[in-house]
Amino acid sequence: MIRWLKKSYIAVILLVMYAPIALLMIFSFNANRLPVWKGFTLDWYTKMFNDAGIQQAFMYTLLIALVSSLCATVIGTFAAMGIHRMRGWQKKCVLYVTYIPLLSPDIVIGISLMMLFSVIKLPFGLPTLIISHITFSIPYVILSVMPRLQQMNYNLYEAALDLGATPGYAFKKVIFPEIMPGVIAGTFIAFTLSIDDFVVSFFNKGAGVDTLPIKIYSMARKGVNPTINAISTLMFTTIIVVLVATNLKASRKAKDTNR
Amino acid sequence: MNKKSLAIPYLIWSALFIIVPLLLIVYFSFFQEGQFSFQSYQKFLEPYYIKALWRSVQLAFFSTVICLIVAYPLAMLLSGKEMSNKQVVLLLVILPMWMNSLLRTYAWASLLENTGVINSLLQGIGLPTIKFLYGDKAVIFGMVYNFFPFMVLPIYNALCKIDPHLVEASYDLGANKVTTFRKVILPLSMPGVVTGIVMVFMPALTTFLITRLLGGGKVMLIGNIIEEQFTRTRDLSFGSAISMILMVLVLLALTFLGKKDSLDGKGGGLF
Amino acid sequence: MMNEKTRPNDYIIDLKHISKSFEDTQVLDDISMYIRRNEFLTLLGPSGCGKTTLLRIIGGFESATEGEVLFEGKNIGDLPPYKRKINTVFQKYALFPHMNVEDNISFGLQIKKMDKKLIQKKVYEMLELVNLKGYEKRSIDSLSGGQQQRIAIARALVNEPQVLLLDEPLGALDLKLRKGMQLELKKIQQKVGITFIYVTHDQEEALTMSDTIAIMNEGRVQQIGTPVDIYNEPKNAFVADFIGESNILQGIMLKDYLVRFHDVDFECVDRGFGENMPIDVVVRPEDIKIVDKDQGMLNGLVESVTFKGVHYEMIVKSTSYSWIVHSTVMSPIGSQVGMVITPPDIHIMKRR
Repeated sequence: MIRWLKKSYIAVILLVMYAPIALLMIFSFNANRLPVWKGFTLDWYTKMFNDAGIQQAFMYTLLIALVSSLCATVIGTFAAMGIHRMRGWQKKCVLYVTYIPLLSPDIVIGISLMMLFSVIKLPFGLPTLIISHITFSIPYVILSVMPRLQQMNYNLYEAALDLGATPGYAFKKVIFPEIMPGVIAGTFIAFTLSIDDFVVSFFNKGAGVDTLPIKIYSMARKGVNPTINAISTLMFTTIIVVLVATNLKASRKAKDTNR
Repeated sequence: MNKKSLAIPYLIWSALFIIVPLLLIVYFSFFQEGQFSFQSYQKFLEPYYIKALWRSVQLAFFSTVICLIVAYPLAMLLSGKEMSNKQVVLLLVILPMWMNSLLRTYAWASLLENTGVINSLLQGIGLPTIKFLYGDKAVIFGMVYNFFPFMVLPIYNALCKIDPHLVEASYDLGANKVTTFRKVILPLSMPGVVTGIVMVFMPALTTFLITRLLGGGKVMLIGNIIEEQFTRTRDLSFGSAISMILMVLVLLALTFLGKKDSLDGKGGGLF
Repeated sequence: MMNEKTRPNDYIIDLKHISKSFEDTQVLDDISMYIRRNEFLTLLGPSGCGKTTLLRIIGGFESATEGEVLFEGKNIGDLPPYKRKINTVFQKYALFPHMNVEDNISFGLQIKKMDKKLIQKKVYEMLELVNLKGYEKRSIDSLSGGQQQRIAIARALVNEPQVLLLDEPLGALDLKLRKGMQLELKKIQQKVGITFIYVTHDQEEALTMSDTIAIMNEGRVQQIGTPVDIYNEPKNAFVADFIGESNILQGIMLKDYLVRFHDVDFECVDRGFGENMPIDVVVRPEDIKIVDKDQGMLNGLVESVTFKGVHYEMIVKSTSYSWIVHSTVMSPIGSQVGMVITPPDIHIMKRR
């Protein structure tokens, strides 16, 4: 009885979480503009692929996510190593600054950057979007690399130097492999945050440069549009496929090492 | 060799794009066309804005409480040892976070619409339709729906970290399941609960998206008012002032909840 | 075993045919034993032998797949831990990190809704017992491992259990502290006069503290008895090997009082094994006497010598066996020596 209760509790929560997603997917194949089933169609998908605006938004989203997550990873990883060597008030100060973007509301980050760009007269467009995405991504990279550095045995680095490695070589061969998982996790977080971001992009986009979330927002405000359903279905399935693939790979790897 | 210098590019970056923009907000909130004044702050004292702020706090509070009430038992179930497929369930709880929150909220909007699926279903089985959309309830629902995983994960992590021997020790000393929960499990999971509250309350307090999609312009929260100042009314000074007030509120809330270190889980706990 | 003769009220816990399996692996295999009132019983065995599982079954944290746990004659198999008059000292103490020393110790008493003044008094008495007077308000983090250990003991004892279970409680302490705590634990046990069931893999610890030792391996009790009995009369090669260092050889019992091992016939004091039966022979290192070459029953070459404080430990290699020998006199490495083993020091065990 209690088992049954527990199971149904989880079932209800999952149902509520997935109901909208499932319906979105179903109606992306619906031959009716209204949410009443009228028959199967791929119209919305063809429409989506023929819509230059959507395609452009998609490309921009991807480009911004790639560039900003890579930049954030490089800056953030080096920053983490620098902060790791700092002590006392210096470290505290820098960490507080690092927490600011994490703790401030998205909307404040968005408008503060927007004001900066308008003050220095940087035209809104691709550069402003990339800069703002790098800015909110860096702290996540730092925070996922820092624990790795703390866990790392500093003697490893010293041992490498002792054995004749130059600092650069020691970094490449000793430190980097140790912090690698943190770096990858940081890049991954930065990438997903960038793809998902709406608020900061909303304030820092330029004319003609839309990201997908912004495109969806402007379409959604005009009312029900099944093309959005088609985009979301496609995006969600892609994400699931990627996640399942990486998970399978990881579990297979784990099995291999167990043997 | 000075390895601290590795942080220099980041320090420059954060000075330019974090510190300076924040200082700009402070500046604009006090200066109107080069003149120093408290005008923008005074304007905020008008009942309309105070009411909007109060309403934002209320809605964010309710959705945080609902999230907590629903998420805690779920996190308990997931961290317990009796469920065999809990990894799958955990993944299922996190998975929607990879789908754009905008899309999910939009999906609920189309579900809840007067001519939406739920009402069609109700009609189909001969029940009266319900007007879900555009109002406080729909906004709270949207907040809970969107930020729910942010509550589950930190609590789940905190519960997993509890040494099972502590629970056994409590049983051993004569505490039954309820007492053990009250005296051992709940206090030890508090860091996770605090993190969860912060991570739900803050975005809920400042959202303008959910209000727009599910409140339909009827519900004006503080986030919407800020957005309006920058997109429509173009009152930069007033927008900056509200942002300042919001930041101060957030800081106060954080100090009140203490434990800044528990926020380390914000990124790490999620992914 | 010997429980048939004992009066039932003499023992407090009676385990009857306890078996336990986790999925496919059997951890405990048909264990039957009893534990007397007020005795210090040690479950001794290598890691993975099932000793901790047995302790957890007695404590109520696991339930046996088969068999019964009788407590004062009543089956308590279905009783949850919080309804048993048994308390546990956990391996890593499991002190509540969010409470101070006083709150930890009084945890069980508060649940019983005991009077506050009385609780305070009992906490004080307990801290006195474990030599930590004045530590009431200290946080758990601020205590050393040894102090945490004492608090864990106090927290369990304050509930006045009939039986205290201790799961390798000294495992995390350093050697010197362990020795001190061993004596102290024994003292505490005598003072409070209740049954202690102690789990350890450290044979020396078991020998020092216990009234009774139950040696376990692969889910079975190999031997149960007093430390002296177990040391002097190990029942099988495993016990002999596990309790102290031993020379264990395969041999043949030619007839009563005569055994052949290492291709030499030895007189011994055992009988009743039958004729020409394969057996195991155990010789303790301290029971081998070193004499001049050709003066003993066996000859060998001293391969290594280690000074152990009171004695020297030597490895002496004979034609087919490397003997461990303890002696207060050192023979230099590389020297040829003879060895004497007297009949009472040859222990014969049935081959498993």
